[in-house]
Amino acid sequence: MSETNGNVLISMQGLKVHYRLGGGLFSAARTVKAVDGVSLDIQKGETLGLVGESGCGKSTLGKAILRLTEPTGGKVFYNGKDLAHLPQSAMREQRKHLQMIFQDPYASLNPRMTVGNIIGEPIRTFGLSKGGRVETQVQELMETVGLSRRFIRRYPHEFSGGQRQRIGIARALAVDPEFIVADEPISALDVSIQAQIMNLMERLQAEKGLTYLFISHDLRAVRHLSDRVAVMYLGRIVELANGKEIYRDPLMPYTKALISAVPVPDPEIEAKRERIILKGDVPSPINPPSGCPFHTRCPFAIDDCKKIVPSLTEIKPRHYAACIRISPDHPNVEVNAAAGLGAIGR
Amino acid sequence: MNQQNGSILSVKDLRTYFATEDGVVKAVDGITFELTKGETLGIVGESGSGKSVTNLSVMRLIPEPPGQIAGGRIVFDGIDVLGLSIEKVRDLRGRRIAMIFQDPMTSLNPFLKISTQLTEVTRLHLNHNEQQARAHAIKMLKLVGISDAEDRMDSYPHEFSGGMRQRVMIAMALSCDPELLIADEPTTALDVTIQAQILELIKDLKARMGTSVILITHDLGVVAGMTDKIIVMYAGKVFEQAPTKELFATPANPYTKGLLKSVPDPAHEEGKELYQIPGLPPDVAHLPPGCPFAERCYRAEDICRREFPPFVEINSDHHSLCHFAQEVYAESIKENEVLHV
Repeated sequence: MSETNGNVLISMQGLKVHYRLGGGLFSAARTVKAVDGVSLDIQKGETLGLVGESGCGKSTLGKAILRLTEPTGGKVFYNGKDLAHLPQSAMREQRKHLQMIFQDPYASLNPRMTVGNIIGEPIRTFGLSKGGRVETQVQELMETVGLSRRFIRRYPHEFSGGQRQRIGIARALAVDPEFIVADEPISALDVSIQAQIMNLMERLQAEKGLTYLFISHDLRAVRHLSDRVAVMYLGRIVELANGKEIYRDPLMPYTKALISAVPVPDPEIEAKRERIILKGDVPSPINPPSGCPFHTRCPFAIDDCKKIVPSLTEIKPRHYAACIRISPDHPNVEVNAAAGLGAIGR
Repeated sequence: MNQQNGSILSVKDLRTYFATEDGVVKAVDGITFELTKGETLGIVGESGSGKSVTNLSVMRLIPEPPGQIAGGRIVFDGIDVLGLSIEKVRDLRGRRIAMIFQDPMTSLNPFLKISTQLTEVTRLHLNHNEQQARAHAIKMLKLVGISDAEDRMDSYPHEFSGGMRQRVMIAMALSCDPELLIADEPTTALDVTIQAQILELIKDLKARMGTSVILITHDLGVVAGMTDKIIVMYAGKVFEQAPTKELFATPANPYTKGLLKSVPDPAHEEGKELYQIPGLPPDVAHLPPGCPFAERCYRAEDICRREFPPFVEINSDHHSLCHFAQEVYAESIKENEVLHV
């Protein structure tokens, strides 16, 4: 499904992260397929939103791109290089261009380092500046993210959650990266602070031409920030489309349920809304269901869904979904189910 | 909305203070509200606003010291809660008032089987014998949607997923058919699909049993669909209270307005920049003399920094703590008209 306009910054091809669990004297080893064959392009300058429930593998995917978790299969192309197979030393060099922002800005900041040293560390590590110039640069970064430069000698615990997230963002920006994986960057913050951080991320993108992979379970925030949105379920991408489109017209039954579950801050709309309430929890990735991973919770599943692994298919222009019950000619799963249409296209 | 018109809970001028090294923290400072039987009240606020302390006070769960209910009245169904002995309070809790928390593990004992924990409640409060208690527990688990309840009864909490644990906790909370359910961020730690399940469950139980509910949350989306009226808290004070529809349509407080505008709304979104409330929530130990929100407020004037604002009545159901409540309300009505032309 690679778009052919030549503006691809990151291209994942069949990316896999499988973990082996156990395998002791009395138990067979089991495999957790956290990321299971993801092929996805990220366009230069866009924000790609990645959504899904906890345990779907979205954070692992983000880390695998940056090799903070080792991929066990597939490729990640960046600037013509396959990051997944670069030697460690060469990969370290690439980290200048590829950065990450974490959910818990407290856990990811060293409590014994001053803010100045936290933000300055990557600058020194990559030899981007020396001596007094580092401090000047740190101060500039602090102002860029909305922190007073007077705070440069303070420690992380002296800051609020939102300010700590600003420190995390300043540290990521210190090396002037091209691509940032933001893993739940606003989830731990108060409502009034979430808007501040989202606006900051948007402003920085506009100023510096950044490309984001924005990982979140907050579908409202994803809708707000993302150009395109990918939906992940049990290690696979099950739907991909333009942000507006996917919220207006979700195709895959899982996406429909996910979007319908998001509470809207409008009592008039809430009163009239029909929700698709899914039964049960996400199945364990240790023993994922056969066929379509969603078939155990899907209201439209038929026998073939247990057998056939659906592939991501272009159902409408630039709108991809992985579901055997829909096709370009018959994109509406409810209609198909009512008409008794089986596995379409077979 | 409310069939019976009796009051189930009345809180008047509640003050809950904590003694800290930093001085006295007035976590809740003069909260007044009334909950009618069968109604759902939403309490919205950011961290440190006092929304959880309010409800811990109602349940008399404030650790003393350092905490202290320094003043006010809490009347539950005609009973003066603050005047009760601790034994009587304990009888009220669990039986007539139940509480569910954000993290189910705060109320589930990790070392005891679910069955033990569920039967304990009804044996204590309803004098069930072992058989009755077990049968009742299975009924409750089924009610909250746990399939094969008989088999799962004897599992430990860690054997359940987060959403399932939340269900178990709700089953436990509802075991004695409480008249009031206090849910403190019941879905914050859960995924949206599970959140939808749990909220649907609370709605359903409310409809079936006529339970009154207090829903505490930071999520304006959750209260929009679930509540009859809303209290917005900030720095230990009620900043605004109004019927849900009215609060969303025509807020009369700049803080409420800011909160509403800073949440991305997927139903109306046009890709515009989000409104942001500047600055940080205040340090409750060191509040300024005037309005605690003045520093972050878009329309603050000198008087706001000098004098504490009055609690202005917009109409009998709608109040706002603001020097300019009427003006803000008028603005909201105007904006709302523009939206609906």
